[in-house]
Amino acid sequence: MITVSQTLEAIKDSSAEEVVSQCIERIENSKFNTFITVAKDSAPEAARKAEGHTGPLAGVPIAIKDNISTRGIQTTCASKILGGYVPPYDAHVIERLKAAGAIIVGKVNMDEFAMGTSTESSYYGPTLNPWDPERVPGGSSGGSAATVAAGEVPLSLGSDTGGSVRCPASFCGVVGLKPTYGVISRYGLISYANSLEQIGPIASNVGDMTLLFNVIAGHDPRDSTSVAGEKDYTKALVNDVKGLTIGVPKEYFGEGIDQAVEKSVWDGVHRLEDLGASWQEVEMPHTKYALAAYYVIAMSEASSNLARFDGMRYGLRLEKDHDWHTTYSEIRAQGFGEEVKRRILLGTYALSAGYMDKYYIKALKVRTLIRQDFERALKDTDVLIAPTMPTPAFKLSEKISDPLTLYMADVNTVPINLAGVPSVSLPCGFSDGLPIGLQIMGKHFDEETVIRTAYTFEQNTDFHTKAPEVV
Amino acid sequence: MREGSLKLRPYLDEVGVMIGLEIHVQLNKLNTKIFCGCPLDYHDDEPNTHTCPVCLGLPGSLPVINRKSVEYSIKVGLALNCTIEEHTQFYRKNYYYPDLPKGFQITQYDYPIASNGYINIEGEDGEIRIRINRAHMEEDPGRLVHEGGSIERSKHTLIDYNRSGVALLEIVTEPDIRSPKEARRFLDKLRNILGYLDVVDTTLEGSMRVDANISLSGGSRSEVKNISSHKGAERALLFEIVRQKNLLRRGGKVVQETRHFDEARGVTVSLRTKEEAHDYRYFPEADLGPIKVADWAPGIKATLPELPDARRERFVSLYGITDDHAKSLTSEKQVADFYEEVVIKCSNYYKPDESIDDYIQLDIAHFAAVWIADELKGQLNFRNLNIDSFKVKDMVSLIKLIHENKITEQSGKEVIRTILDDGGSPDEVVAAKGLLKAGGDIVTTAVKEVIAENPQAVEDYRSGKQEAVNFLMGQVMKKTRGRAGAKEVREMIIQRI
Ligand SMILES: [Zn+2]
Repeated sequence: MITVSQTLEAIKDSSAEEVVSQCIERIENSKFNTFITVAKDSAPEAARKAEGHTGPLAGVPIAIKDNISTRGIQTTCASKILGGYVPPYDAHVIERLKAAGAIIVGKVNMDEFAMGTSTESSYYGPTLNPWDPERVPGGSSGGSAATVAAGEVPLSLGSDTGGSVRCPASFCGVVGLKPTYGVISRYGLISYANSLEQIGPIASNVGDMTLLFNVIAGHDPRDSTSVAGEKDYTKALVNDVKGLTIGVPKEYFGEGIDQAVEKSVWDGVHRLEDLGASWQEVEMPHTKYALAAYYVIAMSEASSNLARFDGMRYGLRLEKDHDWHTTYSEIRAQGFGEEVKRRILLGTYALSAGYMDKYYIKALKVRTLIRQDFERALKDTDVLIAPTMPTPAFKLSEKISDPLTLYMADVNTVPINLAGVPSVSLPCGFSDGLPIGLQIMGKHFDEETVIRTAYTFEQNTDFHTKAPEVV
Repeated sequence: MREGSLKLRPYLDEVGVMIGLEIHVQLNKLNTKIFCGCPLDYHDDEPNTHTCPVCLGLPGSLPVINRKSVEYSIKVGLALNCTIEEHTQFYRKNYYYPDLPKGFQITQYDYPIASNGYINIEGEDGEIRIRINRAHMEEDPGRLVHEGGSIERSKHTLIDYNRSGVALLEIVTEPDIRSPKEARRFLDKLRNILGYLDVVDTTLEGSMRVDANISLSGGSRSEVKNISSHKGAERALLFEIVRQKNLLRRGGKVVQETRHFDEARGVTVSLRTKEEAHDYRYFPEADLGPIKVADWAPGIKATLPELPDARRERFVSLYGITDDHAKSLTSEKQVADFYEEVVIKCSNYYKPDESIDDYIQLDIAHFAAVWIADELKGQLNFRNLNIDSFKVKDMVSLIKLIHENKITEQSGKEVIRTILDDGGSPDEVVAAKGLLKAGGDIVTTAVKEVIAENPQAVEDYRSGKQEAVNFLMGQVMKKTRGRAGAKEVREMIIQRI
């Protein structure tokens, strides 16, 4: 894997253009199908122009999840329906990245419309896990995590609706953050479930992740849910957890958890205890309802968010037009994949007259209870620690045919999105050569404590120094 | 106003016409659309030139509320005697249509911006109250242009998104309206109030669009859409009453359905029945979140202009004019403004030193009311012109000419007609047409008499006592009972002594 400081050194020794060109060469030779679109022409040109740029990421290549709008670069959400769609505008995070001097090298693979846990539902084929190409990289930001793990780029952006940054970070042995809802502007992020999701930074280590987070976080008047104020998160990169109180929710170590995962996470807690933190078990009694509530809310919102894809103004167009009703139906029938259709149908059902109270309204009530669980658990503790995923990466096509089993894999990540709190996943061990992720959750808008805990853990362990052998 | 005098009429009489209206008002006096920064001055421009990622519904774009649109909506709500709740909230109304770029419309559902209000109108038998159920905010969809004229005949349809995202306020009445004429009066009164609030330019196409619900004898109701004028509303409702009556007479049954008003043919045609009704799956728009508006209302209320009913009452009590005149003058804000300006300018002319609040010449006020409400308005209506076609300054000169008895009333009417048809000022018209009354100059006579009657004051002035002229002026005013211009009198006296 490559770090930002190595990249900046390389730029100093050669040039941003040279570094970006090498990066693009690596991407084009990737064995893991990490990218959907490579910015072959615009990236080297941007790098040339970045010569002499003084921003914190001047000349540094970055990969962007394909559901974040990039002006002039195709943005497909890994769906056939958006094939050929080139946004006329940049997402807020892209504007910030460009202002910081970063170079967009392309758009990375994902589950179609971010709906998935394995990156297998992409219209452009699955991304493979660099640690074991027979396994999934996690999802939905599978391309974002895999490209960092494979050493193709030092940084990437993902998005996290129910674990979509943390799951692939865990499966690929990299660091990924789901910030507090509202910390990063969603302007330009193509909505899947807009009340749940946030854009999140991915890197090979906590320091780089924080540097990237620092660049993209901050208020944006174009997103009404964006909160005011700017912080310098790099100040939280402090190797010290003395006096820190960790809560360990036992509900996150439930049925189906892999033994190695359980052990690695507990080892992590004890390592922090050795460094001066204390821990206690906490109860989060409504965790068992989180998965059902999450899927009802996410699918309901998706059914509405994805209504705009009708082929009228952009994206897929059929050979022959019929009346608009037929044309819409055909475009959507041909343009959406199976999982997307499943979620649109289920979400439409959940919002229908007669069913709304039973499903959507009830899910919102559960959401409140989950949020209260977090508030209670974090009252006497500073952070919570739990496994990100109950298991290491599973095999390709092992679960894709059984949606319910696949949904179950999100059991530890979705409560965080329902509550809107921040959570970082970072490597804490290995099982048969596959990385294991530990997630550190914090209070709303207290990314600093989450980052400090993660940084301290990383500084005192060596999991982040391991990289897959990519030949 | 006068709550006690309003009687709620029997809920249903024999024919039992019940009409409820839904009026979509475009808040087109805002600078920008409701959720983006696109300007609203698109009416003379090419299609799809006033758009951005937000109002085109491009993937990833997000709505941001135009706070001024909330302010305007609260203003209207308050003017319609509505309650403004603690919070207001936006919802998504999900349905597919090519003019709707997101596949849903951002509108309101629970927690509309205003609810439970009323408007008083002139009913068939005295003043009646039409209750307002609610007023809610939403975004206007784009505009479909059917090449070839109609949906049926066109081979393809063009979509113009310039209108997409313009702020709408939908005002929903209770079914309190009992006749097409009352419906029209309600709409006229509403337009009048909106004009007073200065939130909508009702002259622009599509600025007030009406849907009407109508039922007979407690039967099923039909909803008539696509009514774009107040006259059209009256015609559409008349057609519906006749249609439903005939249906019932023949032993048929009115079905609950949506009908389209074909303005050109003056008929309504069925669009869809209840069985085909949409399930819009309303749910909260998380991209906007609730807006706390309770704190806004008092401040907005304080800046609310005087509304037609209050102004009418003030005109009666302050200017001593009849209620009919007051009603006619206040039924359009521009006319009421015109009238007040004329009265103030005339009064100022006659007594420049007095504060206008303490001093208004009642006979001038009455005079102006007659000439503006009866004469000028009649001539304007006849020519299909509005009040802008006549200058305040010309009306002031005209009233002075008549009031000072320099021209006859008959000539006054001729002056108005001539100005409207050929232009010019009252003085020019009077001169050109030789309308000045022969030898009837009472001011000149009065000045002559006063000079002759007060030799001492004349002497004083000649020996340098400037104030003596004020005494002489006072005497002239007395003789003319104030119907002389102070400046004019002063000049005439100085000239003659
Ligand atoms: Zn716009």
